[in-house]
Amino acid sequence: MEYFIELFLGGLTRGSIYALIALGYTMVYGIIQLINFAHGEIYMIGAFVAYIVCGVLTIYGFHGVSILIIAGLLAVVYSCAYGYTLEKVAYRPLRNAPRLSPLISAIGMSIFLQNYVLLAQTPDFLPFPALIPDFEFMEPIAHIIGSPELVILVTTLVTMIMLTLLIKYTKIGKAMRATQQDMSMARLVGINVDRVISTTFVIGSALAAIGGVLVASYIGQVNFYIGFLAGVKAFTAAVLGGIGSVPGAVLGGLVLGLTESFAAGYISSDYEDVFAFGLLVLILILRPAGILGRATKQKV
Amino acid sequence: MKNLKQSLAVSLWFIFLTFPLMVVKVNTSDKIVQWRWMNILWVGLAIFLLSFVWRHALARKEARQMAAQSGQDDLNKPTRIQAMLEDQKLRTRAMFALLIVALAFPWVFDTYQSTIMISALIYVVLGLGLNITVGLAGLLDLGYVAFFAVGAYSYALLNHHFGLGFWTVLPVGGILSCLFGVILGFPILRLRGDYLAIVTLGFGMIIKVVLENWSDFSFGPSGIANIDKPSLFGLKMDIAASTTYIYYIMIALVILTVIVTGRLKNSRIGRAWIALREDEIACVAMGIDMARTKLSAYALGAFWAGMVGVMFAAKTTFINPASFTFMESAIILSIVVLGGMGSILGVILGAMILILMPEYLRAFSEYRMIIFGAAMVLMMIFRPQGIISNVRQKYQFKGLKEKTENV
Amino acid sequence: MSDTDKQVLLEVKGLTMDFGGLRAVDSIDLSVSEGEIAALIGPNGAGKTTFFNCVTGIYTPTAGDILLHPKGKPTRRVNGSKPNKVTTLGMARTFQNIRLFPDMTVLENVMIGRHCRTRTGLTGAILRGAAARKEEQEIVEFSYCLLEKVGLDEFANEYSKNLPYGAQRRLEIARAMATEPFLLLLDEPAAGMNPQETTDLDALICRIRDEEQIAILLIEHDMKLVMNISDKIHVMEYGKKIATGTPNEIKDNPKVIEAYLGEEAEA
Repeated sequence: MEYFIELFLGGLTRGSIYALIALGYTMVYGIIQLINFAHGEIYMIGAFVAYIVCGVLTIYGFHGVSILIIAGLLAVVYSCAYGYTLEKVAYRPLRNAPRLSPLISAIGMSIFLQNYVLLAQTPDFLPFPALIPDFEFMEPIAHIIGSPELVILVTTLVTMIMLTLLIKYTKIGKAMRATQQDMSMARLVGINVDRVISTTFVIGSALAAIGGVLVASYIGQVNFYIGFLAGVKAFTAAVLGGIGSVPGAVLGGLVLGLTESFAAGYISSDYEDVFAFGLLVLILILRPAGILGRATKQKV
Repeated sequence: MKNLKQSLAVSLWFIFLTFPLMVVKVNTSDKIVQWRWMNILWVGLAIFLLSFVWRHALARKEARQMAAQSGQDDLNKPTRIQAMLEDQKLRTRAMFALLIVALAFPWVFDTYQSTIMISALIYVVLGLGLNITVGLAGLLDLGYVAFFAVGAYSYALLNHHFGLGFWTVLPVGGILSCLFGVILGFPILRLRGDYLAIVTLGFGMIIKVVLENWSDFSFGPSGIANIDKPSLFGLKMDIAASTTYIYYIMIALVILTVIVTGRLKNSRIGRAWIALREDEIACVAMGIDMARTKLSAYALGAFWAGMVGVMFAAKTTFINPASFTFMESAIILSIVVLGGMGSILGVILGAMILILMPEYLRAFSEYRMIIFGAAMVLMMIFRPQGIISNVRQKYQFKGLKEKTENV
Repeated sequence: MSDTDKQVLLEVKGLTMDFGGLRAVDSIDLSVSEGEIAALIGPNGAGKTTFFNCVTGIYTPTAGDILLHPKGKPTRRVNGSKPNKVTTLGMARTFQNIRLFPDMTVLENVMIGRHCRTRTGLTGAILRGAAARKEEQEIVEFSYCLLEKVGLDEFANEYSKNLPYGAQRRLEIARAMATEPFLLLLDEPAAGMNPQETTDLDALICRIRDEEQIAILLIEHDMKLVMNISDKIHVMEYGKKIATGTPNEIKDNPKVIEAYLGEEAEA
């Protein structure tokens, strides 16, 4: 039973990270129907910036929590800046192009960013400091859930609540929903669609950066390639939940995380990825719109 | 002046963007921070210049689109290359010349050059195969390398366990891959284009994970060594002779691929593929069975990857899962995209440029992938049709006019 | 023209289509007979195109029966059949928002229509045997003939995206005819055409019926065209059929006048 709970919490932790990244995919897809393939790279850049900032601050004698806050903030700022620029350079000129064009552009951008980090920094795995301290009050249950897991779960939860509030109640949130429903109509009623799209990228990137920093600190290493697999998994989560749907992305992330965790724990950890994709294929065959997605009729 | 200011702003923005990654480098174990200030200068200068080119190119693209919409259409006028391609006489002569160069190659250059050429030719066939799936039928397959792996492993395993020879397995590898394509394709081909992309990507990764972990079957990450090279009536060949032999087999395979894909492209099936790419709904409304058409494109693309996979295993005599990563799929895809989706000549050129350039410009090979990535983005924005755009066949008609004179 | 001795080709009974809570098409009965030009009219949003989409298999209707009676062949119920199946059975269509294959030539667009009437497979295409070449030649000739009939033969080797609007509409008709249908569904064939083009279209539609023996069901907003060529008119409003009759009967039907005046008053 304890093993089960351990796996469950591990899956939840992993799933909430997937959910954070999946939100970026789902929001972008909801508005411009593009799989932002380079989203995983934004996540990686967030983690990398945090790594660099941590390194510099540690060497210059900063301590504990102040490092965590500065590194986290800068990671978010930089990821947002990259996300914004990415949209502007690689996707905006293709707004009216055939559907495959922006997707290929996104794949190109993903390859570009990976190799940019590889060349500018290093191809090696770098040790990432454990930013999250072990809390004392966690001592009694530390064998089931550690402090990092707790921090990840709480951060994710808070982020999700903030995002929901933002989408529901702010002006830009309403504009985002309107644009998602009907882009040309939104433009007609005076919504600056380009700005909405940019904002969506920025918000998605911020979430990815938070995920990046949390994961890097949890796993303890970064590398230029970490964004790729995380990105694919998160996209899988977004599709699982029903792409375009925000609660769907969260649910999809959790389902995927739990599936992987249990499959790795009870069956074999070597085939973790196989289970993840197997689940994706199964869902797409049985319920192509995802768990929470609505089936849309294509207009003829 | 306004341009200048704008470019300045853009380059400042990029200096900000690239600052932590390009300038700072930390070594946490030795506690050293390396500040590479010169990089700021390079980034600033490069972006400053690039932003001019970028704006100019975007403006030109827009002007061209406007012209096309207002009827002064020069977008579709055949370019000089296309005009040359349509000249039958010139075409046969060029083909002949190309064939002679290709055949003479191993006698003029040394074994090393031939080896490089062989790998370029392998990518030509891979590109042409993927061109069927992506370029003609518009099905974005991001796990194409999986079929390459199926071919390579079928030869390696059949050779290892049963001692089967290259020529026996060559078609078997193709057919196995093809079957694989059908089995995988069947459930997923109902999916919309971008879902298909992600699922094929998943398949590519699953195959690699399985190859790495199912050691009893695939010998795991250490791979399979001592695979037989192609035999020629049991003759013993030294490395040079065998390389030349493989080179000629590859040339033959390329010619076969070109002929087959060329014929398919302008056949009933090929037209159905293109129609499917252009408009799925109109395509089915015209009586075309979508599932069958998609499946045939998917399986046929897989077939070539399987064949050339066998070839790859025979050439390297050693394979392991590391040769079949997503990066390979991405390279093949960029060959198709850069060369020109749907265009056979374009794909051949694309493969030659993308594979040979990093080989010959060694200094450049480090930057290979970053350039591929950037090129894919730029091509999509400024030249989506690729280096050589696909041209549809023109048909000749007999005098039917008199039959329907009253129209 | 008496309807009794003419065979019914398409018979729709109680067709209903729901989108979520919205009933777009509400128990429609409709039939088209041999040699008939029938029109389906009604204000925007009345459910005409949805009706077409149900009948041609693009949507699966919620309820009702769609029966095809091909000449000399058994009756087929085609609810929920795939669109390609329906086309192969002999009912072809065009689209309201033109759906040509833009990067194919005009001739190739029509050749696509021949797909379901020809059979060269992969091996045939690769080996290019005598049978395959003969069939290919037949496809080309047949398609070119159709282009002549709709007056597009001079553009045969142009890309279809470069055609003017009116010509694109005629190309869609030619493409649908290439499937050798016994019934042709035209969704607003005159939309975006100038008066001269509309007049030509008028003649073209009549000729298709008379020379090719293809019955026609069309959706159209151009009343002049509808009144000119239709043998029978069906009027839809809010998903329901409110009237059926000859052009003269429809012209004087108070319900129809109300539906249309109501619409015009709103607009």
